[in-house]
Amino acid sequence: MKRIFMAVIILIALVGSASLIFAEEKSKTEVTAPGATEQAKSAPLAPAAPATPAPPKIDTGDTAWMLISAALVLLMTPGLALFYGGMVRSKNVLGTIMHSFIIIAIITVQWVLWGYSLAFGPDVGGIIGNLSWFALNGVGLDPNPDYGATIPHQAFMIYQAMFAIITPALITGAIAERMKFKTFLVFTLLWATLVYDPIAHWVWNVGGWIHNLGALDFAGGTVVHISSGISALAAAILVGKRKGYRVEPMAPHNLPMTITGAAILWFGWFGFNAGSAIAAGRLSTSAFVVTHIASAAAAISWPLVEWIYKGKPTTLGAASGAVAGLVAITPASGFVGAMPALLIGFGAGIFCYIAVVSKNRFAYDDSLDVVGVHGIGGTWGALATGLFASKAINDAGANGLFFGNSALLGIQALAVVVTWIYAFVVTFILLKILDWTMGLRVNEEEEESGLDLSQHSETGYNF
Amino acid sequence: MKRVEAIIKPFKLDEVKAALNAVAIQGMTVSEVRGFGRQKGHKEVYRGAEYVVELVPKIKIEVVVADQAVTRVVETIAKAAKTGKIGDGKIFVLPVEETVRIRTGERGDGAL
Repeated sequence: MKRIFMAVIILIALVGSASLIFAEEKSKTEVTAPGATEQAKSAPLAPAAPATPAPPKIDTGDTAWMLISAALVLLMTPGLALFYGGMVRSKNVLGTIMHSFIIIAIITVQWVLWGYSLAFGPDVGGIIGNLSWFALNGVGLDPNPDYGATIPHQAFMIYQAMFAIITPALITGAIAERMKFKTFLVFTLLWATLVYDPIAHWVWNVGGWIHNLGALDFAGGTVVHISSGISALAAAILVGKRKGYRVEPMAPHNLPMTITGAAILWFGWFGFNAGSAIAAGRLSTSAFVVTHIASAAAAISWPLVEWIYKGKPTTLGAASGAVAGLVAITPASGFVGAMPALLIGFGAGIFCYIAVVSKNRFAYDDSLDVVGVHGIGGTWGALATGLFASKAINDAGANGLFFGNSALLGIQALAVVVTWIYAFVVTFILLKILDWTMGLRVNEEEEESGLDLSQHSETGYNF
Repeated sequence: MKRVEAIIKPFKLDEVKAALNAVAIQGMTVSEVRGFGRQKGHKEVYRGAEYVVELVPKIKIEVVVADQAVTRVVETIAKAAKTGKIGDGKIFVLPVEETVRIRTGERGDGAL
């Protein structure tokens, strides 16, 4: 088993290196044409070149903003690591952090080799991209008119890479404290390829079928939050409950760490949402502002509901509320105004709180509430987009129900349901296969001693 | 020689230490422990999940004293550690067979 594993690794390395060398030898120029962009533009173009059509001009403001946004979104993944890390027991803190941290590494490689090509590459049947952009072949520094006409294509690619990274990291909250590290690595690679890349293609590729139905998802409500939230449900069911769940105390071991993580997520989310304007100017400002408003509103409503129903508002509630608000505003951020954002955020705090406390009625152990916060929050956000979207905010979008167009809500609902079903089913099958071949869980002794020791031979704290 | 073991409320440590110094007891061993007697624990809530924490943090003070000093020491600790509320703690007196000062090799009461 180990030898086969090693052989496969070496084979992949050889194929990978071969294609890298091959790709570098090919010329990196791509066909550029002065195409119309879908986003609001900021900088004026320089006088056009004479005979041939002028290539799209790179705007330094847009490019600077996109590179910064990419860095902001990257920071969200270590932020998530801290958010989750503080909520598990201390014997699992490193194992939990490692999940997120190592995903940065492996999904980066997956993305630049084949992930980006599948998601954003030339469309095949509205379903998936082809592999012509394997190893970033054809992904150069000239803008791609479909994906950021004023920024280098690689800036768009690297920005999207950060989304591809954080999405599988979200799922790890559901399987915290009990999954085998080896299996987790294989699962992550396969999930990214079979679930994330296709759904991203459907919603964000200019040829994607959900995109062409007119569904609106500005920064990843369906692509990131619903897909990971529902996949987390499948994972929680198949991996099974933690030993001692609901019997032994499993309180968060370091809430200051969790709150720090939540704050980093909030900060980074400005890159996630406002960066999705793929330009710096009016739309990115609008998205920035509504993102902040929604998060603040949810950070009020969650603790408020706690205060009423449980007697005290909690810091974990305030942090969780803020995150829930950010999740909900994500798909809506480029399409709604400030007051709708307030309502969306306020609603998110309430709906996600209810979802989280209702978890106990069902038999699954979604340890860190990925389903309740990301699955339900993303669903609320996607549907709320169908209610509150306004072409006055973004004329490349559409109007929602409250702005005179009842059709959008139905399309949003369709996108939501399709994502639920596809993500759940594929994740379920994937985990079933991995359970038969590799096993999903650590054994009882390993779970008892903690992932830090059993999977990584480390202790988080050596006071 | 007797060992006097006292479980007290953590915030009372400074007061008890000062009171013992006042009756010429200079050395002690202090540890952080958890426990409960009649004092109920407290409730913590995380995302709606309630945890009843029964084990309450306490401080354990151990002093080894000569037989003649035992009564004085017990009274001193009891007075300094008392608040009158549930959870004040308990004092135990146990016999000690031998004491050695490591630096000099002294034994018995002189080593205390």
